Amino acid sequence: MDKLMADLKRQIIAQLNLKDLKPEDIGDDQPLFVEGLGLDSIDALELIVLLQQEYKIKLSNADEGPKVFQSVRSMAEYITAHQAQKK
Amino acid sequence: MSAPVLVAGVGVISAIGNNVAESLDALESGRAGMGDMHWLDSIHRNRIPVAEVNLSNDQLSSLTGLDSTITRTALLSMVAAREAIEDAGLINIPRLRTGFISANTVGGMDKSEDFFGDFLPDHAKGKLRDIIHHECGSPTELVADQLGIRDYITTISTACSSSANAIFFGARLIRHNMLDAVIAGGADALTRFTLNGFNTLMILDNEYCKPFDENRKGLNLGEGAGYVVLVSEQVAARLKKKTYCTLSGFSNANDAYHQTASSPEGTGSFLAMKGALAESGLQPADIDYINLHGTGTQNNDISEGTAIRILFDPDYPKMSSTKSFTGHTLGASGGIEAVFSVLALEHGIIYPNLRLLTPMKELPFVPETKFLKNLKLKHVLSNSFGFGGNCTSLIFSKY
Amino acid sequence: MQQKIYIRSSENISPQKTFGVESLPSEVVEYVGDRLKCIEPDYNKLIDPKLIRRMSRIIKMGVAAATVCLQKAGIDTPGAIITGTAYGCLEDTEVFLKKMIENREEMLTPTAFIQSTHNTVGAQIALMLKCHQYNNTFVHKGFSFESALLDAILLLEENKMTNVLAGGVDEITDTSHAILTRLGLYKQEQISNRHLLSSGSKGTTAGEGAIFFTLTNQVSENNEAQLNSIQTFYKPGNVSEIEKQIQSFLKENAVDMSRIDLIITGMNGDIKGDEIYNQLNNSLLKNKSQIQYKHLCGEYPTAAAFALWLAGRIIKHQTIPEWFEKNNAHQQPINRVLIYNHYKGTHHSLFLLSAC
Repeated sequence: MDKLMADLKRQIIAQLNLKDLKPEDIGDDQPLFVEGLGLDSIDALELIVLLQQEYKIKLSNADEGPKVFQSVRSMAEYITAHQAQKK
Repeated sequence: MSAPVLVAGVGVISAIGNNVAESLDALESGRAGMGDMHWLDSIHRNRIPVAEVNLSNDQLSSLTGLDSTITRTALLSMVAAREAIEDAGLINIPRLRTGFISANTVGGMDKSEDFFGDFLPDHAKGKLRDIIHHECGSPTELVADQLGIRDYITTISTACSSSANAIFFGARLIRHNMLDAVIAGGADALTRFTLNGFNTLMILDNEYCKPFDENRKGLNLGEGAGYVVLVSEQVAARLKKKTYCTLSGFSNANDAYHQTASSPEGTGSFLAMKGALAESGLQPADIDYINLHGTGTQNNDISEGTAIRILFDPDYPKMSSTKSFTGHTLGASGGIEAVFSVLALEHGIIYPNLRLLTPMKELPFVPETKFLKNLKLKHVLSNSFGFGGNCTSLIFSKY
Repeated sequence: MQQKIYIRSSENISPQKTFGVESLPSEVVEYVGDRLKCIEPDYNKLIDPKLIRRMSRIIKMGVAAATVCLQKAGIDTPGAIITGTAYGCLEDTEVFLKKMIENREEMLTPTAFIQSTHNTVGAQIALMLKCHQYNNTFVHKGFSFESALLDAILLLEENKMTNVLAGGVDEITDTSHAILTRLGLYKQEQISNRHLLSSGSKGTTAGEGAIFFTLTNQVSENNEAQLNSIQTFYKPGNVSEIEKQIQSFLKENAVDMSRIDLIITGMNGDIKGDEIYNQLNNSLLKNKSQIQYKHLCGEYPTAAAFALWLAGRIIKHQTIPEWFEKNNAHQQPINRVLIYNHYKGTHHSLFLLSAC
């Protein structure tokens, strides 16, 4: 889980071009949207593609986004759950 | 600076018809233009419905006299522009200072994206004739050159409000006595670029769109062109045919909220509508029909609906989104919908908002779901709201 | 024009050291080859970091130039924002296109697409300033900037507002440069921009820039210059028609060529295109004090904005830098400046400025 979260932080920074941030700047439970990192709806769409590209998980409905992308931890939990389902 | 600007001619082409007569017939019959992708070659064929014009580039070329290898945007533009000019009877009036103000968002991208396929792996490859008309200004000039218009030509690109802004600008050029007649509007062809772009935003409906429906899922992309011929009173007096109406109000405001999403309160929409009313000297209660921007996305419809609620409450005019027929024609939408608005006034008709089954919970009004006729309409408001917060509203009035 | 229109302030990001200078650069930056690249400021000091991350180069250039231009004029929210750009946001367009082709239309991300639309520069400026005012973008080749300027002038004449932000932005990318090279626009030989205009060979050099102006209908001692008039004309048949256009332009403005103190022309080093200027130099423009500018900024559709910036600064500071090789001595004071530019021989524009 820790490694997944560390990977996710790196990937989020790269995907969203958050050049001034380092992975250690993003808290595991820090809100990603609105407050915290202050990401917006476009970033959510970028993260949906990130999930697909890196983890082969497709979010069919953009409405699922807010819950899944609440924090790095919630993303990691979602990925873990869906990868377990596939197996 | 308030001399009347009159609409002397209209021309339109979209998925529901290749000219005004066919379009009116489809609008009355409730015949929408969405369907499977026919001309555009995309992996999304059979996945995403679109509203394509029912003519191939070869057929458009025969119709217009333009080369079949040029951008489809120019071909569509030419069809509608020429219909408008002929409708106005402009051809027979010599020595008019004439302008062509056209708008588009894709330019020649339908050809450029083919070019890039060959060019990217090898910069020496790719047919130059496919890239030479890439710029937005090119379709405008291809048409202006063919029509012989030289006095003033320009191109506007403000996303979905593009051709409404072109009409707005054209009207002001007449008011400032810089031109006597302006053909204003816009065109856009379907391209893989825009189809995929909108797909990444997850705002495309994989079924036929339902503007202003509680369960709406997104928009359908369309293509087409729509132009009006604007003239001064002096020129109108010289035309054989009676003019349709005046362009009595227009306004351009920016939402300044987000790059693609509209603000929940619909600030930009509200300001554009309010500004157009102020320009025309009208009150909200004077508006008989609103041709909604109504794309069918969750965001636009609540934003536009909220702005309408704030501005018009408690007396709501009849309204509908003709994008339920033509799809969202992007840069052409302002022009096409201006034509529909003029025709509504002229014929005393109101178009239905198709596939609206469940009214939106948050709004105290419901768009019209039936075609209405034999109405006495005096003022029609047409909305065009785009990415980048660009919002424009036009008001057409009986003269 | 019915009202007097002034240039209140201007800001220029170009291949020269033009950004942030009070009057004009003290030296010419030399380039060898067929491409002039903008000297860009540190954007982190000018633009909110949260917004920068999505902005490609052209958007940063446009937003930075516009922001500083407004600051100079002491304006928080302009009455309108009008942009002219022929090519739009090329970099973002290329990024999205490339991905679309490589990934065969799958797994694409939205950022490049939404940033690629032509109105993005104008929209971003409005977003940053929370400006709900009139906002428009013109995208017509060599008339893009001129159309934006005309729209701004008309708004001010309509008395709907007292100031308008108007500008011209265009970029050159590796891809667009490669394509335009194939279309035969640029010099084949390695040449310094200092010698561009006397090269006597085919082609010009590619340029780019982001140049914004605050226009106002209010008198102020801070105004740079008065913008008397602008005019465009399309595909004139021959030089004789161009001469007629220039003459009628001056006549409409009740000005005789003898009262023009300085001419700025858009010579770009292409032997074919410059023929027009050479002919005019033997007729209408004979013996007039003249300078050129495209060896400084390169050739691009909205390059006339550089000429307008130059004219405004020259009038305001009453000085023409030594490093400008002038044809003929110039008059002092420099009260009236005429700019004549053509883009590819098809898009012609005239600007008349005078001291306030």
